[in-house]
Amino acid sequence: MVTASLGMSVRKVREISCRLPDLFWVCNPLRPGAQQQKKGGAARPASMLESITTIIEALPYILEGTLVTVATVFGAMALGLLLGVPMSVAQVYGTLPVRLAVGFYVWFFRGMPILVLLLLFYFGLFQLIGLNLSAFAASCLVLGMTSAAYQSQIFRGAIQGLPQGQLRAARALGMSDGTAIRSIVLPQALRLSIPGWSNEYSILLKDSALAFVLGTPEIMARTHFVASRTYEHLPLYMTAGALYFVITLIGLKVLRRLEHKLHIPGYASHGPL
Amino acid sequence: MATPESVITSGTPILRLENIGKTLGGKRILSDISMDVDKGELKVLIGPSGAGKSTLLQCINYLIPPDEGHIRLEGRVVDAARKSDLYAFRQQVGMIFQDFNLFDHLDALNNVSIALRKVRGMSRKAAAERAMAELERVGLANRATLYPAQLSGGQKQRVAIARALAMDPKVMLLDEPTSALDPELVGEVLAVIRDLARGGMTMVMASHQMDFTRALAHEILFMERGSIIERGSPAELLAPGSGTRTADFCSRLTDLCEECS
Repeated sequence: MVTASLGMSVRKVREISCRLPDLFWVCNPLRPGAQQQKKGGAARPASMLESITTIIEALPYILEGTLVTVATVFGAMALGLLLGVPMSVAQVYGTLPVRLAVGFYVWFFRGMPILVLLLLFYFGLFQLIGLNLSAFAASCLVLGMTSAAYQSQIFRGAIQGLPQGQLRAARALGMSDGTAIRSIVLPQALRLSIPGWSNEYSILLKDSALAFVLGTPEIMARTHFVASRTYEHLPLYMTAGALYFVITLIGLKVLRRLEHKLHIPGYASHGPL
Repeated sequence: MATPESVITSGTPILRLENIGKTLGGKRILSDISMDVDKGELKVLIGPSGAGKSTLLQCINYLIPPDEGHIRLEGRVVDAARKSDLYAFRQQVGMIFQDFNLFDHLDALNNVSIALRKVRGMSRKAAAERAMAELERVGLANRATLYPAQLSGGQKQRVAIARALAMDPKVMLLDEPTSALDPELVGEVLAVIRDLARGGMTMVMASHQMDFTRALAHEILFMERGSIIERGSPAELLAPGSGTRTADFCSRLTDLCEECS
């Protein structure tokens, strides 16, 4: 019985999935354009005016998604920072079991596509432990935990790049290791991490589009929603792309300013803003 | 009035090393090092590179924990296994490094004051006042707001000395404080150390500055392969024709300097 139904479903999947040559042409039989072509010959291209009207009408709706995207990225970056800093410290100064634990965490979250992690946690693990989160909260959490893995390695590199003598000098003054790490190591390591951090920001921002698979109402989900109803794919996805572009640019500018503001006098300059 | 060069001996030495030994990676770095350092005394460690001078100095304040032996400060054995004991001990033993090791993200004033705030728990204002006084002592009050990257090597080392002095150390350990400096900057740092010595600061110093050593050291300890092989006053060890390893080593140092110039 089970095998029979499994056989059925597999055959069905084979029917609607593409044959190999189709991979290069019309892959998705449900693609709107393909259906239109079947119905009434060549698809009529939308006029410029129609496109603009659609965008203007959809814009407030998509811009609301921008807020969600920005909130997701902020939440995830903050969580990544909160987890990533102690993880990097633990990986550099911790005992062997601690270092192994952090290493395992990093290996796990860097070893899997974010799409897999999002689905795994939201539909799998969170359900299993009875954690009833909204799609938005779950996206923040999963993206944040993933970002923590990447951020910890940014900070670890910065910590290990610092001259080792400073920690010795701090110890020689009678500082405990905790105090020395907090007031000598981290203030410098975090400064050095800003360029790597801005990299992580720009990647995470674009990864946040994947939160759409959980139903988080961010830019991508809303654009897709409008596009699938109006068929104005080109202008709408261009709008979404432009929004991501602008948010990336603003964020990178802000981080560059931060880097400039926190720059230690006398150190090699880092070029104009 | 005590005579300036006199060493105040009150029975127990301020710092005592008892049979210090250290093995690193199967290699014997230090073996059976003992010494008594009396209050106001300047001891100078001399010896070829790799002799263990730097390791010995770092063993004294447990930056490199010794495997064997004990260290006594004012007669009390330091129990390095107890963190609070260790941190309290280190506060009383100042250390100057060859490569300064200033905190790069802090200006000169905060380099000196940070330990006062974070270790001593002093208020920001009180710590800044004390730090300023120490910077004045090393002649850098007018450089208080500059960052390490904006200071010359000699100035950096003087800030490092002020940083150590601010903790009111009972002993100072100096690990070749002038060997990373350009020749013309050596003088300003030695002048500060000389003032400290004359002011009665107890110091153990690794150095190759022979003129300085001859003039100020109370005892020279010549180290080779992890052991002290000769010890004595500069007059005894450096006398021409004394035939000591120290005199031989130092004459070769001087020859080198003459070849360079």
